[in-house]
Amino acid sequence: MKKKKWYNYLWIAELLYLILGLTNILFAWLGMLFFTIPLLIAIFGGGKAYCNRYCGKGQLIGILGTKLKLSRNAPPPKFLRSNWFRYGFLTFFMIMFFLMLYSTYNVFAGAPLQEAVTLLWVFKLPWQWAEVSMVAPWFAQFAFGFFGIMLTSTILELITMVLFRPKSWCVYCPMGTMTQGICKLRHGKELKAYGRTSQNDCGTSETSGQ
Amino acid sequence: MNKSPNIAHIGSECVACGCCVLVCPKDAIHIAFGITAQVDEEKCVGCKKCSKECPADVITMMKRGMHSEKKEMV
Ligand code: SF4
Ligand code: SF4
Ligand code: SF4
Repeated sequence: MKKKKWYNYLWIAELLYLILGLTNILFAWLGMLFFTIPLLIAIFGGGKAYCNRYCGKGQLIGILGTKLKLSRNAPPPKFLRSNWFRYGFLTFFMIMFFLMLYSTYNVFAGAPLQEAVTLLWVFKLPWQWAEVSMVAPWFAQFAFGFFGIMLTSTILELITMVLFRPKSWCVYCPMGTMTQGICKLRHGKELKAYGRTSQNDCGTSETSGQ
Repeated sequence: MNKSPNIAHIGSECVACGCCVLVCPKDAIHIAFGITAQVDEEKCVGCKKCSKECPADVITMMKRGMHSEKKEMV
């Protein structure tokens, strides 16, 4: 059994985030850390260290699927790992993200605040019980929009975790696709030159045995 | 020590998620440049743990020495 490190417990942070967000929507802003840290790590040369070591989301679905045996553990369909699907999903995800930013801007410009969380980009869940009067309406609007994105990805994670292998979400997770894409841009040529047998690992070989 | 006849082979559609790295009992896999998993043929004992774990299902077991030549699935 591999020795546990502090970052093996980051799934608790993920769980805490969801609970805090459900308690007060403004905590949704904390999720920006889950967006920016992986990108910064990849951009500044840390490769996929976030996925391979620090992602609480990945750890959580691993625990639910493997330890709690909630996963069918079946191989996912081949299209899920294809570039067209992964980059297509990333594009769709980013378009929806920018539309969410646009509605935040609209509220900033004077449009009324929409107290709802949108799930799976379609279903609007009324969230009127949230106490957001202490902040500017645009600040609250972003929280509603962003928490919708986080809950949507959680629903997709859980569905694919149950249907296929525990971490099937990682195959088409937009953050995973983006960080791998950044690494390809940064190191694609080096990888070709280096072949498939050397030991250089861009800082991600250390294991975090779950 | 006898080497296993088969070792893990990583397919080109690896998404570099690192799940295989976490389960390999021999620390025989690493993620190269954040782009793809790579198997150290010397360390791999062909236990198949990684291929059962890989969420993208891109790991196949192959005869030792077949990686760069004609690939033979086992
Ligand atoms: S692919 Fe996504 S969910 Fe999986 S470890 Fe990476 S960032 Fe986390
Ligand atoms: S087959 Fe076993 S020893 Fe070889 S890389 Fe996979 S998990 Fe490691
Ligand atoms: S588990 Fe599969 S997809 Fe993930 S890094 Fe290993 S070989 Fe690649």
